[in-house]
Amino acid sequence: MEMPKPNAMILSGKARIVALLRAVLPEDAVIADEAETRAYECDALTAYRCPPLAVVLPRTTEEVSAVLRICHGEGVPVVPRGSGTSLAGGALPTADSVILGVSRMNAVLETDYPNRFMRVQTGRTNLSVTGAVEAEGFFYAPDPSSQLACAIAGNIAMNSGGAHCLKYGVTTNNLLGVTLVQMDGTVVSVGGPYMDAGGLDLLGVICGSEGQLGVVTEATLRILPKPEGARPILMGFDANEVAGECVSDIIKAGILPVAIEFMDRPCIEACEAFAHAGYPMCEALLIVEVEGSPAEIDEQLALIKAIALRHNPVELREAADEAQAKRIWLGRKSAFGAMGQINDYMCLDGTIPVSSLPYVLRRIGEMSRDCGLDVANVFHAGDGNMHPLILFDANKPGDLERCEAFGAEILKLCVEVGGCLTGEHGVGVEKRDLMSVQFTPEDMEAQLWVKDVFDPRWLLNPAKVFPLSVTAARRAG
Amino acid sequence: MRPETEEDLAEMIRRAKGPLRIVGGGTRAIGPSGGVVLQTSALAGVSLYEPGSLTLVARAGTPVAAVEQVLAAQGQRLPFEVPDMRGLLGRAGESTIGGVVAANASGPRRVQAGACRDSLIGVRFVAGDGSIIKNGGRVMKNVTGYDLVKLMAGSWGRLGVLTEVSFKVLPVPAAKATLVLRGLSDAQAVAAMSAALGSPFEVTGVAHWPGQGTFFRVEGFAAQVGYRRARLARHLADFGSVEEAADPDVWSAIRDVAPFHDRAGDVWRLSVKPSDAPGIVARMGAEAVLYDWGGGLIWALVAAGTDLRGRLGKIMGHATRVRGEGPGAFAPEVPAVAALTRGLRTRFDPRGLFAAMVVP
Repeated sequence: MEMPKPNAMILSGKARIVALLRAVLPEDAVIADEAETRAYECDALTAYRCPPLAVVLPRTTEEVSAVLRICHGEGVPVVPRGSGTSLAGGALPTADSVILGVSRMNAVLETDYPNRFMRVQTGRTNLSVTGAVEAEGFFYAPDPSSQLACAIAGNIAMNSGGAHCLKYGVTTNNLLGVTLVQMDGTVVSVGGPYMDAGGLDLLGVICGSEGQLGVVTEATLRILPKPEGARPILMGFDANEVAGECVSDIIKAGILPVAIEFMDRPCIEACEAFAHAGYPMCEALLIVEVEGSPAEIDEQLALIKAIALRHNPVELREAADEAQAKRIWLGRKSAFGAMGQINDYMCLDGTIPVSSLPYVLRRIGEMSRDCGLDVANVFHAGDGNMHPLILFDANKPGDLERCEAFGAEILKLCVEVGGCLTGEHGVGVEKRDLMSVQFTPEDMEAQLWVKDVFDPRWLLNPAKVFPLSVTAARRAG
Repeated sequence: MRPETEEDLAEMIRRAKGPLRIVGGGTRAIGPSGGVVLQTSALAGVSLYEPGSLTLVARAGTPVAAVEQVLAAQGQRLPFEVPDMRGLLGRAGESTIGGVVAANASGPRRVQAGACRDSLIGVRFVAGDGSIIKNGGRVMKNVTGYDLVKLMAGSWGRLGVLTEVSFKVLPVPAAKATLVLRGLSDAQAVAAMSAALGSPFEVTGVAHWPGQGTFFRVEGFAAQVGYRRARLARHLADFGSVEEAADPDVWSAIRDVAPFHDRAGDVWRLSVKPSDAPGIVARMGAEAVLYDWGGGLIWALVAAGTDLRGRLGKIMGHATRVRGEGPGAFAPEVPAVAALTRGLRTRFDPRGLFAAMVVP
């Protein structure tokens, strides 16, 4: 992965820059020791590492503003970091950059049930946001699978999704306002506990901008009343195409499940070997979950069963109680762990139109045979967000490169059928060089205009999202 | 000017010498003045519709009615309940889907299904330098690059001319019901609406029409609606006697602000924190108001020329004058936001061709 050459002036000026940061932050909020900065050398995309120049861990918006003002003045790139769970390398540092971690900013600032919002500092983890309101019967809807660890700051940067977004949307649909600190230290408040923007929808473009437009220190989040209950049903089919048609028929019938999860045979086999969830051995498996009161759930599941029966399922298993529901989810939830046990794997995240599902799965199978690496497919079928897992051996020379090349081919296929490179993980460094597959130079230029406005000197997370060749002139200042 | 294709449009914009006024159906625009009319109505037609993928793509000049008809034939709809502003604004013409997006126009279902911008998953547009730009696409989960889709929604033509828009659509529920509470004060009504929105019964409309009642809508499968209606009525019992609404179509009246249609005066639209709404209305001195979105949206009818913003002072939220004369229709922005807005407009529209679309 090519990264920009570090600025030698900054590297040699480290002592001075650190002193400037120490002057505006408490002693324990600046990390400059090389052994300690190593803890920040990568995020969850561990294949790429580089310790930063320094790390700052501010506690307030004012401290964030002070840090950014200094880095702006010194021309030092800043890489914002939530919990470091990015699968796309969104928080990967360069040697001349300062990591700005928001993990110490994790307070709940306000909860308002009548108006259904809460205001938090963005270092707070996703799950603990819901944790703060669930006693009152509320929850925060976006639920990325890293929700135990991932920070709201990162969720906003990546516009994170989750398993339940078919019904509840992704981060951008649940975000009401932010406090954003721009690279020059300017603090700007956008949106709030009311609906829709008065002027341009700045909130909409800040969300998902991968830490390139500013550092979000506070967020106003929409909270929702918890449903009365939820129950899954498991269905097995003897062909991917049939499962795909079943998904389409469920949706056309007017049912809106909260989740439709799809697993193919390699994935089912791995999960079964790992978690012993009692899954049927078949070509494709669907887990569909619906919400509501017991009677509402019965009504929806009866409709879903009737549709599934038209597609000759090899298995149709409804959860009679909580224990059975857990068992149905067990295999799916351990899918990534199961894969990790048998192999190293790379998880892709392209989205495709649901109608292209059978074709794309068939093509991935063919490509897998051609390149000699196995693929297991597990994904959110209702919204077309695929997660092909390519299995490889990190100890085998050349395997990672082969895997990456194969992954790129799969993502190109996603774009070719009308989809996109990433549905919820973000571009980061991982898919940066594929952007030109999806976007024309004009498409990308319009996105760069936005960055020009928010960060004219191109210092915030500058080596991400766009191919380096596309941003070179701007980064050179 | 009336381009037939996106390419034509790009060429016209490249050659334009002065300000343009982008017009779809001209049914909901707020006060653009001057400029050469640029009519989008020839850029029409549904280009893709896949009911099984819940996805529809249409050219920006397509009439909303045509989009809704195509969807209805498959039992689906635009989730956000498009308001028809013709009656309120005294306009004729055929509302276009691009105009809906440019205004981020959303009706009562916004509380549950989100705004227009939440259903919008892709755009194509021509920027002020004549470049043709796409963003987003036709899939509902997409975080590839910056989200210019949201930026274009509600941009009122300031950043470019939309040529194509893509939506996530939803099934039309089999059944619906509307409950009403009568005689509530504004404060009681907002409390009742908050209680409904804080319940798990998925209300899809919550509005207070002073003098008529406080309305609650549930939708779903037949048995589901029966259940939700009964449970919601019990949930709201502390606020008074809950009845079934005689006119279940009250929602189109609320959506289109029908109570103000034949009345003179300026009309304002305020987006606020719901619990602030009764206090704001009390200070407003309005001739009539209508609360939608559980109190989060206030429609206010005031005497022509009223400086409502001046009268209210600082509020948490924003106020837009949708009917009335003179400058000041859109709320002024704080300096840091205004600087970003100005920067974006300069980048997307370097020659100021769209400057007339929103006059501060």
